[in-house]
Amino acid sequence: MIDFLTLLQVLDSSLRLATPLLLVCLAGLFSERAGIFDIGLEGKLLAAAFVSAAFAAITGSVWLGLLAGILASIMLSLLHGLASITLRGDQIISGVAINFLAAGLTVVVAQDLFGQGGRTPPLKSGGRFEPINFPGATSSKEINDAGPLMQLYSELFSGHSLLVYVALLTVPLSWFILYKTRYGLRLRAVGENPAAVDTAGISVVGLRYSAVIIGGVLCGIAGAYIATSLQANFTKDMSAGRGFIALAALIFAKWRPWYALSACLLFGFFFAVDTRFQNILLPAWSLSGFLILIALGLISYVWKKDYLDKVVLGGLALGISTIAIMIVFSVWNIGANSQIKIPVVFIQSLPYVLTVVVLAGFVGKAIPPRAGGQPYVKER
Amino acid sequence: MTKNPAIELRQISKSFGPVQANKDITIRVMPGTIHGIIGENGAGKSTLMSILYGFYKADAGEIFVDGKKISIPDSQAAIAAGIGMVFQHFKLVENFSVLENIVLGAESGALLSPSLSKARAELAALAAEYELNVDPDAIIEDIGVGMQQRVEILKALYRQANILILDEPTGVLTPAEADQLFRILKRLREEGKTIILITHKLREIMDITDTVSVMRQGEMTATLRTGDTTPEDLAELMVGRKVLLRVDKRPAKPTKPVLEIQNLNMVDDFDVQRLKNINLTVKAGEILGIAGVAGNGQSELLQVLGGYSPATGIIKLNGSEIDLSTSVSGDGQARRALGMAHVPEDRQREGLIMDFMAWENAVFGYHREKSNQANRFFMDNNAIRKETEDKMKRFDVRPPNPRLTAKNFSGGNQQKIVLAREIERNPDLLLVGQPTRGVDIGAIEFIHQQIVALRDQGKAILLISVELDEILSLSDRVLVMFDGEIMGERNPANTNEKELGLLMAGVSEKAAQ
Repeated sequence: MIDFLTLLQVLDSSLRLATPLLLVCLAGLFSERAGIFDIGLEGKLLAAAFVSAAFAAITGSVWLGLLAGILASIMLSLLHGLASITLRGDQIISGVAINFLAAGLTVVVAQDLFGQGGRTPPLKSGGRFEPINFPGATSSKEINDAGPLMQLYSELFSGHSLLVYVALLTVPLSWFILYKTRYGLRLRAVGENPAAVDTAGISVVGLRYSAVIIGGVLCGIAGAYIATSLQANFTKDMSAGRGFIALAALIFAKWRPWYALSACLLFGFFFAVDTRFQNILLPAWSLSGFLILIALGLISYVWKKDYLDKVVLGGLALGISTIAIMIVFSVWNIGANSQIKIPVVFIQSLPYVLTVVVLAGFVGKAIPPRAGGQPYVKER
Repeated sequence: MTKNPAIELRQISKSFGPVQANKDITIRVMPGTIHGIIGENGAGKSTLMSILYGFYKADAGEIFVDGKKISIPDSQAAIAAGIGMVFQHFKLVENFSVLENIVLGAESGALLSPSLSKARAELAALAAEYELNVDPDAIIEDIGVGMQQRVEILKALYRQANILILDEPTGVLTPAEADQLFRILKRLREEGKTIILITHKLREIMDITDTVSVMRQGEMTATLRTGDTTPEDLAELMVGRKVLLRVDKRPAKPTKPVLEIQNLNMVDDFDVQRLKNINLTVKAGEILGIAGVAGNGQSELLQVLGGYSPATGIIKLNGSEIDLSTSVSGDGQARRALGMAHVPEDRQREGLIMDFMAWENAVFGYHREKSNQANRFFMDNNAIRKETEDKMKRFDVRPPNPRLTAKNFSGGNQQKIVLAREIERNPDLLLVGQPTRGVDIGAIEFIHQQIVALRDQGKAILLISVELDEILSLSDRVLVMFDGEIMGERNPANTNEKELGLLMAGVSEKAAQ
């Protein structure tokens, strides 16, 4: 079984892996609450990661790296704002374009600057964010001998990069701004009914730009975090779909800051499980039982649904049950106590599978901001 | 000493692309009066008022408030000048509370809670002063449209508006709610506020205004004292020719039932029951009118009948039962084949494809019929275009050009295209939703005549409209719907707006007696 320390270590790495998701998710939250859908989060994250790593590598200062990353991300946000607010273009297309732009430019510029195959050189001390150790926390060498409370304090609470704590503080801050300030009221209103904001004498354009800029700042911090703290250099496509997973978390969180924290921690946990455990051995019986349960759940879910849902999801249920039955038969042949090895790729795919499940709308009805995705045009 | 006008507009002009919405408009409104602006849809009333409120910018012209020339580049400036506006489509944030909507844009500081408590106190004072009671913590989407309108008025008063513009305020109200609104407006006038009322309903102008301006095709055709004019005169000024305000029709001769509905129930996607045990029959040779405030299940009834929402219950057309269980596509076609025709409520979304040409729109729903096919593989487009042109001439669609896209026709002409398509197929049953919404008076007259003519050919007609005048003048029998239920049946010859208004507000038969 898993001991307490291992559990703590998994939770610790969940927190570290959830941090960029959380920052990006909150970036999306500000933007989408103001009615600007932001599919370009991924691109901004990647661009910020590259720019911050490059600046930190050249100047040797992680703070200059952070600042440069934030500025790069804001530039892309303003590009998105220009296309979707001022020019009233399609927000999805603009976002996709930003993703492609970032994916291509980062590698090209990195190759040109450093000539290391599209990556930046490893960051030396001073060019990275170092872990902050809380007073009294034991070092990792002695942690095995410490008591459970000390282990909890030293492993889970202490020893993270500054940006992890910043990300956690962003949650109550976002909540306060959204629900307790004049700006937040206006921001939420402009995502629901921009005409109401306009007729109340407030600039829709100004509000929406401010929201995308806030999103840019948060994406910038997230990018700097993955390149200068989670890892110590920039590598090609290092954002690894986090921008999209953050979007799924945002829907999962129903566009609310505290829910966003829980959603991102859940996704972070899946990533942590994937890095910690390689191949998991499970008793065959329980696995087939688990699969059959999923199939039954699917069937009861689609029972009242439309024809098309029945065909698609029913087919999925049929497939899962078939696998379960095949496992049962193979167990029949090799003995009841046999174990089945779950390959690592299955575990690795879990966060992405969860994303699909969330987006397919299995978790309740998530109602997006009503004016989301639509450029504001006065009638006529 | 003569008082300065509260509002004076001089030579205001505004165009949207090639369309001139306002041409050299000059208007003066004296303080402490209710000034009506009347005109057909598209006459430019709303545009003019939106310019005054800073929502649109005028191309030319000057605005004076209390004798001082000001410029109104945005709504902020209009609010500062003491102008408030209640738009036809309310500008409220649906999932915010009443209080939040009122405070939005008029907060007293960066933090929210002091603003909210200040607004709460002021709201109580306003409510006491003008009898405008609303629950400040109610969520907008949970309260009725009458209440929402009050919130809009309160929003303007909270911003210390002295001039209040109301754009078609009674369109969504029951007659009783409209009376209440007018009482509030009179009260505001007593307090010295100036009110501009935009409407296309002659009766409202006669009832409440002191002076009235008439607009036609972007121009101001006359400004009169209300006491010196008559509805007939105003109608003539609006349309530019004499208009028949009432429909001429002979008594109905109903025969066999065409449409029978028994125990019809419908639950929408959000698990709200929209139709509750509907029972009704429409006979050949009669017009059955369904009255009700918008949003009480009439739209859903049309959707179920038209075949695009599933429901439970029995619907028989000419004696044979219709399958209601699914919303399988093509169901509308099956119904058309049985002799049902449908003029949907929202012609721009359901009746027409706005980017398609008139001739294409004129065959939708019937495009698979033999007569429209040239051979096994191709449609006979030339024949369809020719036929459409004939239809357009018969239905007085202007211009009668089948190659023009639907969006380039005016509202009345779009509606005539839909009517022509549906009526010319000689259906046994015609479903008509809001036949004259957004249609000018001249076209209303024509559309009403066509519907009555169809009835006189012995067809069954189910008419759904939120315009009570229309229901009363066209129908042979009237049903009133409220909250998905049929509240009762009345004979239009011996009922009145007040009685129907009570039913529309949900006051049941027994309680009303």
